[in-house]
Amino acid sequence: MTDVVEVVLRSVGVLAAFLVLPLLVGQTEHKVMAHMQGRLGPMYAGGFHGWAQLVADGVKFVQKEDITPTAADARVFRFAPAVALVPYLVALAAIPLSPTVVGADLPASAVFVLATTAVGILGTLMAGWASANKYSLLGAMRSAAQLLSYELPLVLAVASLCLAGGTLSLVGIAQAWTPWWLLWQLPGAVVFLVAAVAELQRPPFDMPVADSEIVFGAYTEYTGLRFAFFLLSEYAGIVVMSLLFAVLYLGGWHGLAGDQLGWLWTLLKGFVVAVLVIWLRVAWPRLREDQLQRLAWLVLVPLALAQLAITGLWVVVTS
Amino acid sequence: MTQPSRKPSATGIPGILKGLATTARTMARPTHTAEYPDAPPHLPPRSRGVIALLEENCTSCMLCARECPDWCIYIDSHKETIPATTPGGRERQRNVLDRFAIDFSLCMYCGICVEVCPFDALFWSPEFEYSELDIRDLLHEKDRLGQWMATVPPPPALDEHSAEPAEVTAANKPPRVPRGDAAAGERPARPSRVRPQQDGE
Repeated sequence: MTDVVEVVLRSVGVLAAFLVLPLLVGQTEHKVMAHMQGRLGPMYAGGFHGWAQLVADGVKFVQKEDITPTAADARVFRFAPAVALVPYLVALAAIPLSPTVVGADLPASAVFVLATTAVGILGTLMAGWASANKYSLLGAMRSAAQLLSYELPLVLAVASLCLAGGTLSLVGIAQAWTPWWLLWQLPGAVVFLVAAVAELQRPPFDMPVADSEIVFGAYTEYTGLRFAFFLLSEYAGIVVMSLLFAVLYLGGWHGLAGDQLGWLWTLLKGFVVAVLVIWLRVAWPRLREDQLQRLAWLVLVPLALAQLAITGLWVVVTS
Repeated sequence: MTQPSRKPSATGIPGILKGLATTARTMARPTHTAEYPDAPPHLPPRSRGVIALLEENCTSCMLCARECPDWCIYIDSHKETIPATTPGGRERQRNVLDRFAIDFSLCMYCGICVEVCPFDALFWSPEFEYSELDIRDLLHEKDRLGQWMATVPPPPALDEHSAEPAEVTAANKPPRVPRGDAAAGERPARPSRVRPQQDGE
């Protein structure tokens, strides 16, 4: 009986985090991007500096007509947003905020999180194929190519950390973390951040939704709540990747009074990474498709492999 | 041939960092946004918002209506006869303005009517918040045009050493006195700066 209660409580907690944190990141993006462009951003919704803007957006999306194109493969088309969104929810459950504050403490959570986040791309592929629209299909193909290229450096970078920590568990890796890792794993951190931004299809890697070329990629035909789910999955992805980066590379809950306020440290570090992801969007133009592939295969993969070699050598030498 | 100033680095890292620095610097600075409905806009002097009518000055001469490129000024008037004030005197005729309307849905804000008015009956007002839900309501009749007069700013100050405005010169002129009195030696000295050609006015 207590097990059931605990599972329910943990699920509710993860769901609450899943619904609140992406909105927080979204609002931060509104504001940070606006101020970086010399604007103010939303100022009206909710009264104080437009804090309720995304809530208002959600209400707007709910009110919109839900259209399924006649030529579309209706069932796949309708199902795709859920496939895009749910993996991030599952991944969020396995990310520890502190050794105790974690939705589900898995023995191989690093592998689990990487595997589930990679499922999300399936939703984009389904959406692109089922829309029966050439722009959607182009966007989906671009997404697939991008994921294929960037999943590899991402996994290699995390593999280096697993090697350094001697465990596949995120909690274990973060507990083995020392400030020395900041320098030792720096190339891996850069690779992870770039690959994560690319996998989230955020600018400067947003060719799959490049509006000047292919309207909105795989999401072109979507309206209303289903479109909102795709947007939410993007921001949930930022949350997942930022927290993952904070846990893996920034030591997660290590910090002042880390025993009591460890979860706050993880959230804070994750938030800083999320702001960095937003910052990259504002500062840099979009890469071309071939530049993207070149960056992945000629820079990131060799860099990740080199990091893996350095880590392996160090682990062998010191142990 | 040497490459002009553009010196691309192999990685493009400096440019990338420069982009980050620029956006960060912009974020640290105050924004440029004018919160218009909440804060009054800062309008430059001589802003062209709406045209105000000073009805007392209008003589129904129709110059503005004729010069208007859009033909958006409508004037109706009639003549009234004013009886002679002195016995045996001449009756005078006077134009009375019945209707003066500007259709702001046609007006292109060229300001020619304001320029051309010889009697200073039309003025630019900086007020611009008079949009309407119905386009027909943009036809402002003379009472509405008269209400804008309160919003007309005073004319900008003259430059230093500029000539006196014609109104001031006219006001400073000594009053005309009948010939008979002048012969009695009461005639005041005429200010030397008034040129003879302005005498007859």
